[in-house]
Amino acid sequence: MKNFNQKTRYDFSIIENWTHSNSKVLDLGCGDGGLLNYLKYRKNIKGFGIEKNPENWLLSLKNNIDVIQMDLEAGLAGFETKSFDLVILSRTIQSMRNVEDIIHEMLRVGKEVVITFPNFGYWKNRLQILQGYMPVSKELPFKWYDTPNVHLCTIHDFDSFCRKNKIKVKERLILTDKKSVNFYPNFFGAFALYKLVSK
Amino acid sequence: MKEINSVGIVKSKTFKCSDPIKLSCGKTLDNYDLIYETYGKLNSAKDNAVLVCHALTGNQHVAGKYKKTDKYPGWWDNLVGPGKPLNTNKFFVIGVNNLGGNEGSTGPKSINTKTKKAWGANFPIITVEDWVKTQKALIDFLGIKKLSAVIGGSLGGMQALEWNLQFPNEVSNTVIIAAAPNLTAQNIAFNEVARQSIITDPDFNKGNFYLNKNKPKRGLRIARMLGHITYLSNDVMGSKFGRKIKNKNFLYNFETEFEIESYLNYQGDKFAKEFDANTYIRMTKALDYYDPTNKNKKKLSEVFKKIKSKFLVISFTSDWRFSPSRSKEMVKGLLDNNVEVSYAEITAASGHDAFLMSDVHYHEIIKSYFNKAFKSK
Repeated sequence: MKNFNQKTRYDFSIIENWTHSNSKVLDLGCGDGGLLNYLKYRKNIKGFGIEKNPENWLLSLKNNIDVIQMDLEAGLAGFETKSFDLVILSRTIQSMRNVEDIIHEMLRVGKEVVITFPNFGYWKNRLQILQGYMPVSKELPFKWYDTPNVHLCTIHDFDSFCRKNKIKVKERLILTDKKSVNFYPNFFGAFALYKLVSK
Repeated sequence: MKEINSVGIVKSKTFKCSDPIKLSCGKTLDNYDLIYETYGKLNSAKDNAVLVCHALTGNQHVAGKYKKTDKYPGWWDNLVGPGKPLNTNKFFVIGVNNLGGNEGSTGPKSINTKTKKAWGANFPIITVEDWVKTQKALIDFLGIKKLSAVIGGSLGGMQALEWNLQFPNEVSNTVIIAAAPNLTAQNIAFNEVARQSIITDPDFNKGNFYLNKNKPKRGLRIARMLGHITYLSNDVMGSKFGRKIKNKNFLYNFETEFEIESYLNYQGDKFAKEFDANTYIRMTKALDYYDPTNKNKKKLSEVFKKIKSKFLVISFTSDWRFSPSRSKEMVKGLLDNNVEVSYAEITAASGHDAFLMSDVHYHEIIKSYFNKAFKSK
């Protein structure tokens, strides 16, 4: 489960910058609806969330978010092509099984797509592996035996995935401790945010 | 049983409508009665009214008891009351027995004022569209311009949807539970078996049996037994009854052996004593006919264009009679029209019946939604 304390969600403000005012936004795996609420407040968006977990779903409803309970692994069959201005998948991709399918579905339903994930190539992760252990960090808080993550990737991995699938990277921001990282981001960056469109 | 948060002792009222209604079938009723109950107080702005639409065999008695000694309260008493998910401290809740019912609203067993005899077979077939028209007449009579919400499960959900198609400006929130935009062939098939069991009962006498000594109880009984099978899931039937037998050993005859048989027989007998066969076959017809897509001529996305209310749609995982996929069709149509909709697919074992049960998560959803509706009034 995600950590939804707004103070720690520094990525919200970046996604906010990438969101057009008054646009229609779909947040996949919206948790308690924190991001959508933030965007509603800051950008006057019309937001919908998708959430599978019943407790999170209820939190979203209580947070005044319109939320659809469904499993993302089944795709976005209930959503029309290009029916959203922005489709967001925040801190979820690494725990999904059908990564390729969901990214294609997002690009079908959304005019633009935002995907964020922890960078497995971050030096602290590499160090832990060199020391002989699976990485556990702020961005990857799970032990090897209780992690929901099945598709961790590095920034290089994700860039080559986009190239291979003809996905245009419109924006990319790599962060460590809330600061942007431009020097060897795949080594020094802990967290990645991408804005994508179909080519 | 300790009664907490009950609306207490309630009384039905009758709305006598003297405006004729032209029915979907082409016939006209010159006047009609609707029996209804209300709980809570209508506020001065008259904007806190919630209409509860009943399902196949429901009625106006949603909550409370008529007298202290009543064995059971109204059919949705676990949901409606002071401090309950549909909170009567905040909302003015209306329950109504639909036209064609057998609780006091004009129906087949009522006296036709023209002939001075019971309508019987001559009572017209009423549709969901007709019901909504008559419910609107009741709402007008109560001085309510716009419903804060309309809520219904199963066939009641169809009425809640229909409110949005006929009177999109007169409803702010819609809660549709365990319903579908129209019936599947399988569903119509079950209804037809139920109807045939009634119609072929020799005591049915083509629907004119009110003056006869024998009522078509056998048919009703079988219809209800069939219904009960489909309202439960295989799993819940297994866990509740399994292969448990009543006696120590098999009797090797046709007496009731298994507990499931005993349950169905009990439910069938109880129902056959209380319910009117003419009403039952008409209610199932209303289910069969309802189809806002008009035989697939229009997609739901088109039909829903006029919708203005906010929606909460709920389905239950083990409900195979009104499965989650049918609810999702409605959700898609609503999303295509940018309608503010939330959709919950609740993990429940009890099948279609789950909508009447008091599951904590389910009730918390309804409670949260109505809290939101109350605040945004």
